Amino acid sequence: MPRDLHPVAWWLWAVGLAMAASFTTNPLILLMLVGVASLVVSLRRRSDQSWGRSFRLYVWLGVAIIVVRVAFRVVFGGWFGGRVLLDLPEIPLPDWVAGITLLGPLYVQGLLFALYDGLRLATIVICVGAANSLANPKRLLRSVPPALYEIGTALVVAVTVLPQFADSVRRVRAAQALRAGETGRVGRLRRLLVPVLEDAFERSLALAAGMDTRGYGRAGGATRAQRRVTGALMLAGLVGICVGTYAVLDRTAPRLLALPMLGLGVVAAVAGLLSAGRRVERTRYRPDPWRWPETAVVASGVVVGALGLWISRNQLAVAYPPLDAFPTLSAVALAVGAVALLGPLCSPPQSRPAVVVPTREEVAA
Amino acid sequence: MIELRDIRFGYDDVGPVLSDVDLVVDEGELVLVSGPTGVGKSTLLGIVTGLVPRFSGGTLDGDVLLDGVSIVRTPPRERAHAIGYVGQNPAAGFVTDTVEEELAYGMEQLGLPPETMRRRVEETLDLLGIADLRHRDLRTLSGGQQQRVAIGSVLTMHPRLLVLDEPTSALDPTAAEEVLATLTRLVHDLGVSVLLAEHRLERVIPFVDRMCLLAGDGRVTVGEPGELLVTSPVVPPIVELGRAAGWSPLPLSVRDARRRARELRLDPPSVDGEPATTAAAVVRRLDVVHGRTAAVRGLDLELGAGRVTALMGRNGSGKSSLLWAVQGSGRRTSGRVDVDGSDPADLAPAARRALVGLVPQNAADLLYLETVDEECAAADGGSGACRALLDRLVPAIPGDQHPRDLSEGQRLALALALVLVSRPRLLLLDEPTRGLDYAAKHVLAGILRGLTDDGHAVLVATHDVEFVAQAADEVVVLAEGEVVSSGPVRRVVAESPAFAPQVTKVLGAPWLRVDEVVAAL
Repeated sequence: MPRDLHPVAWWLWAVGLAMAASFTTNPLILLMLVGVASLVVSLRRRSDQSWGRSFRLYVWLGVAIIVVRVAFRVVFGGWFGGRVLLDLPEIPLPDWVAGITLLGPLYVQGLLFALYDGLRLATIVICVGAANSLANPKRLLRSVPPALYEIGTALVVAVTVLPQFADSVRRVRAAQALRAGETGRVGRLRRLLVPVLEDAFERSLALAAGMDTRGYGRAGGATRAQRRVTGALMLAGLVGICVGTYAVLDRTAPRLLALPMLGLGVVAAVAGLLSAGRRVERTRYRPDPWRWPETAVVASGVVVGALGLWISRNQLAVAYPPLDAFPTLSAVALAVGAVALLGPLCSPPQSRPAVVVPTREEVAA
Repeated sequence: MIELRDIRFGYDDVGPVLSDVDLVVDEGELVLVSGPTGVGKSTLLGIVTGLVPRFSGGTLDGDVLLDGVSIVRTPPRERAHAIGYVGQNPAAGFVTDTVEEELAYGMEQLGLPPETMRRRVEETLDLLGIADLRHRDLRTLSGGQQQRVAIGSVLTMHPRLLVLDEPTSALDPTAAEEVLATLTRLVHDLGVSVLLAEHRLERVIPFVDRMCLLAGDGRVTVGEPGELLVTSPVVPPIVELGRAAGWSPLPLSVRDARRRARELRLDPPSVDGEPATTAAAVVRRLDVVHGRTAAVRGLDLELGAGRVTALMGRNGSGKSSLLWAVQGSGRRTSGRVDVDGSDPADLAPAARRALVGLVPQNAADLLYLETVDEECAAADGGSGACRALLDRLVPAIPGDQHPRDLSEGQRLALALALVLVSRPRLLLLDEPTRGLDYAAKHVLAGILRGLTDDGHAVLVATHDVEFVAQAADEVVVLAEGEVVSSGPVRRVVAESPAFAPQVTKVLGAPWLRVDEVVAAL
């Protein structure tokens, strides 16, 4: 049955892929991961939503990363040894920038290293982009635990405000061209900023008023005592975590303050969150269900991450291929790609919005 | 059900806005708050919802009772289950991004069980006739759809009182009728009480049970619309007609008025022939495409010098796109505009301003300085021409006032002066009547007449049929970016009943304005 997969599932899957990518510089594995991510996006994304179209932007960002990485290597050098591809003249620099060279001989291995390294970062970025276009980021924010609901809503609103802000800038810029006024640099900036900021303030007030009249932040039925207990638990948890973290990092602190304190802090914080969540009188409309396809997608992400880690520990030549030979793959490396694709293939197709005009078949039926 | 007792509200630096206000809204009643601009209609609504004084500042005395319990100290969020509020610009209050989620948002805050939420969302989608929009992105909806979604999003909480601030002011006549029909249905079928403020009385008066009139001195008069309208400073044309003809009781609907009008024996107004005019601007085969939607398709248009042309059509029919494309800075896919022998799109902004002036929908986008005088000086380079123009448009606006503190009408006049100072041959206005009361609209109509006497050509996009009857010589009706009818006002109005002003509806063509009837009586 077509439906939207739980957004957390897509994000965990993408994080798994990104993790596997971070453990290797093998271009074959990396390209395989990029291919899988692109394939899944083209199969499962919602092309009718604005966030669904953002994948292409991430791909371009990835390309830009590789280009910049390679260009840096060409311009600043920093690699010696191996075969020279092109012997560029080195530009002499004064002594106080010792250690930095401009241009100079271009080594094949140096270029390859930069290329692989750039590809690794690009793959990670593209995996994040895939998650972003597969799962509505707003629905992800809506899945936060009830105690953090207020923060989640604030983030959702912040995400919405950005495109509105861009819209407002465009409108004001067009409007200001309709009248004469200051043309200096400061004057022009003022002409743009003042109306845009006023507009932003007015919008925020209108939104705040709208949310308030619709019950955002209702106190609910918690008694004074319950609220105090929650507050105390949260505070104790925070203090515990702070002290515990400090003691873990500082070897000279008493051991009693380290892990036991950290554990106690975490327990208190979780109890506080649960208690706060219980008193929140808020419900969710049609929450995203978590069924077996979600589990399958997450599992494939976790397995991909684990395989990546395993390869980087046990098959060094595959994970970090030598720069003077063509990179090779192993059976496990191939499994990475297969598993990464397998999970999403279990996911249901995304639901399409209701068609406004029924097709002829539907009318006939 | 809800009762305002002895309400007194004011800001510290200026006098009281409201004083000695007593108002009771009963179960299943539609109450209209009316009065000229700036008398505190929105403030009165805000006191009921709790947004005033929390979001506005100021001092509030008196008591607000819900079923006999004082709620004057209760914040808006704790009143949400009983009082629903839809603001002037519904799109600004949307929290989520699809229609369905927006309808559910309020219920989530109230903590209703999921089954109830689901049921109420489905019911509300059907009740408001928006079921086919349920998955749509809120930003892609038209004005009328957004308004209905906003009403739906508070209705799902099953409030007993619905408070609406100018629900139809941004809507075309047909969408406004749909929204009002929805409201009447809620009042009649579900027993919801409605308290609404509205400038365009001609649209709402037939549906209203009681009226609450703010005269401007802070006091209110509450009563039957038929009684209050006898002396009200703001009245729809139909009441003006009734007053002029000496009818008692006053007719409130077109149907009543038509029945009374049978006894009138009037000589039809002398319809002067078409004056021969030269074209000030010529638009040829203009196309505007936004993404995959064509906003304007192959449009031909001639704007006569010394004529006011009204541009009408439903929300999203391409009116704004056309204005910006004619002005020259808007997107234009193909086609030419000819103003005085040159195309404004080919010119630099300053030269363009001397040819075509445009007052955008949100006139405040033009303003950026602290006082009216500074704005004027920035626009005319200190020559005083702009201030002189402003004084001619609307006299006696204090020069040291902040532009944001001006009334809607004064701010529009200021924006108009800033644009007109470069003496453009063609003036374009986008929805100038939003938020203006009858008096301000009358002043604006006079201003436009004065401009045409000076030889300017004026094109004004508007939804306001009464304003068109008052101010325009010609009408162009757009649908899906194409001209569906155009010509002199009298002819177009006689052809399309949806765009007919009340006087035409009552007396038939060629009657257009109350002053014509008064002259013939």
